[in-house]
Amino acid sequence: MTVLQARPGTARLTRRGATAYADHTAAHGPLPLPDRVGPAWQQWLLSAVERSGLTGRGGAGFPSATKMRLAASAAGPVLLVNAMEGEPASSKDHYLLAVAPHLVLDGADLVAAAIGASRVIFCIPNDRRSAAAMVAAALADRRELAAAPCQPELALLEPRFVAGEESALAAAAAGKLGIPSFRPDKGVPLRFGRGAALVHNPETLAHTALIARRGPEWFRQLGADEVPGTCLVTISGAVARPGVAEVETGTPVRAIIDIAGTCDAVQAVLVGGYGGSWLGGNSLDVPYAPTPLRACGAVMGAGVFIALAPRACGWRETERVARFLAAESAGQCGPCVFGLPAIAADLGLIADGRADREVLDRLLARCDQVAGRGACRHPDGAARLVRSALVAFGADLRSHLSGAPCPGSRLLALGTLPNARHEASRS
Amino acid sequence: MKLLLDPTKCDGFGFCAELLGDVVALDEWGFPVLAGGNLPAERLRAARQAAKMCPRRAIQVVP
Repeated sequence: MTVLQARPGTARLTRRGATAYADHTAAHGPLPLPDRVGPAWQQWLLSAVERSGLTGRGGAGFPSATKMRLAASAAGPVLLVNAMEGEPASSKDHYLLAVAPHLVLDGADLVAAAIGASRVIFCIPNDRRSAAAMVAAALADRRELAAAPCQPELALLEPRFVAGEESALAAAAAGKLGIPSFRPDKGVPLRFGRGAALVHNPETLAHTALIARRGPEWFRQLGADEVPGTCLVTISGAVARPGVAEVETGTPVRAIIDIAGTCDAVQAVLVGGYGGSWLGGNSLDVPYAPTPLRACGAVMGAGVFIALAPRACGWRETERVARFLAAESAGQCGPCVFGLPAIAADLGLIADGRADREVLDRLLARCDQVAGRGACRHPDGAARLVRSALVAFGADLRSHLSGAPCPGSRLLALGTLPNARHEASRS
Repeated sequence: MKLLLDPTKCDGFGFCAELLGDVVALDEWGFPVLAGGNLPAERLRAARQAAKMCPRRAIQVVP
C-alpha cells in the first residue's frame, strides 16, 4: 500500500509520522496527561472531545464524547481499541499504526484515563501479525511512561467482516465467539464479561491525542461542520496509485478519487465499504459528509473508496460484493442467513442477462425484507449496496433485463475479492 | 406494550405469526416481521401467550 500525498495542510495524523517515541514527542510535544488524574481533568478531556465534534472513524460515525461519557458512567470499563479493520478494501487503520503508532497509543492512554478504564486491549486480527508487532514495539518504546493508567494488552482475534462490530469485538476480546449480540437498548454501556466496554477505532484515538494537545477549536478548523476534522481514506480499484490519504471531511468524492490519479474516467465509486453505496455521474460531486451523502442514499462508512473502471459491469461487481457479504454473515439472524444469498443470486441472474422484471422486483422486495432485521447492520449494508446499484447502473439495466448483458459482465473488474470462499459458490 | 424480537434467537418456528396473524407476518423464509408500534389492548393476551409459546424464547412483550 503506497502512501498518498493529500492537499498540503490537510495531513494532521500522517504529517509527522514518527515510529520512535522520542521522535514522536519531539514532533507533537509530550502526552498531556497529568501524573494524578482527577475528576476535573477527566471532565476537561471529555468536554474538549465533545466541543471538537469528533465522531468515530470506524464506520458508524457516532459522536465520540457521547460514547466516552456513557462508558465513564460504568465502574472500571475496558477500553477496546478496534484495529480489526474488517472492511476488505480498508487499510487506513493499519497504515496509521505503521506511521504514527504513538498518536494512537497517546489517544488510548488519554481516553483510558478519562473514563477510569481498568484495562486497555488492542484488538488486532490474528492474520495481521505485522500490525501486532508494530503495536508491541511501540508499547515497549514507551514503557517508561509513568502517567499511563494501565499497560495496554494485545489480543489477536479471528478476522471476519463482522468481527469489528462493537458487540462482536467485546465478545471476542472476552474470549467468547466474536459474533454480534442483540442490543435493543443502545443507551446502556456495551458489556464485557461482568463489566462495561468502550470501543474506539485507532484513528478516532489518534484524533483525540491531537485534540488534547491543540484544542477543539483547532480541530474544527478543517472539515465539514457536522463531522469536523480530517479523516483517513483508502482509495483502490481503477486508480493509478491506490493507497491511503488524509483528507478534510466534506471533500467531494471526485476530488478524493483524483488524489489517487484515476487511470481513466471512472464509471462509479463504491463509497463507505462493501456495505456502502455506488455513486456515479453527478453524485460523484457530493461532499464526503453525512447529510449530503444521505441524500444520495450513501453513508460515510470507514473511508473506503473503490473506483470502478468504465468497461466493467456494475451489476457483476455488485453481485460479487453481495456474495462476499452473504458469506460473511455471522449466521445468526434468519433474514441475513437466507436473505443475503437470495439477494446475491438475484443479482447474479441480472448480471448474466437471465433476469426479467419479476426478478428485479423480487430483488428489491428482498432488500426491503432484510434491512433492519438483523442484530447488527450487516443486512442493511447489503440492501443499501443493491439500492445504490439501481441508481448508479440503472442505464445498463434495460440491456441486462432484455437478455443482452454488457460485455463487461464477463470481467472481474474489482480483481479477486479478498475472501475467495464466496466466489467458489458461483456456478 | 409492544413486541420485541431477538433475531439471533429466532429460528422461524412461526408460532407467533400463527397466534398473532394481524401483528406478525412471516417473510418468504418464514421469519417474523413485526408490525411496528404499540400492541392493541385486545391483543395483549395473545401476545403474552405467543411470547410464552416461542420455543426459542425469541419474542417478548415489553413496555
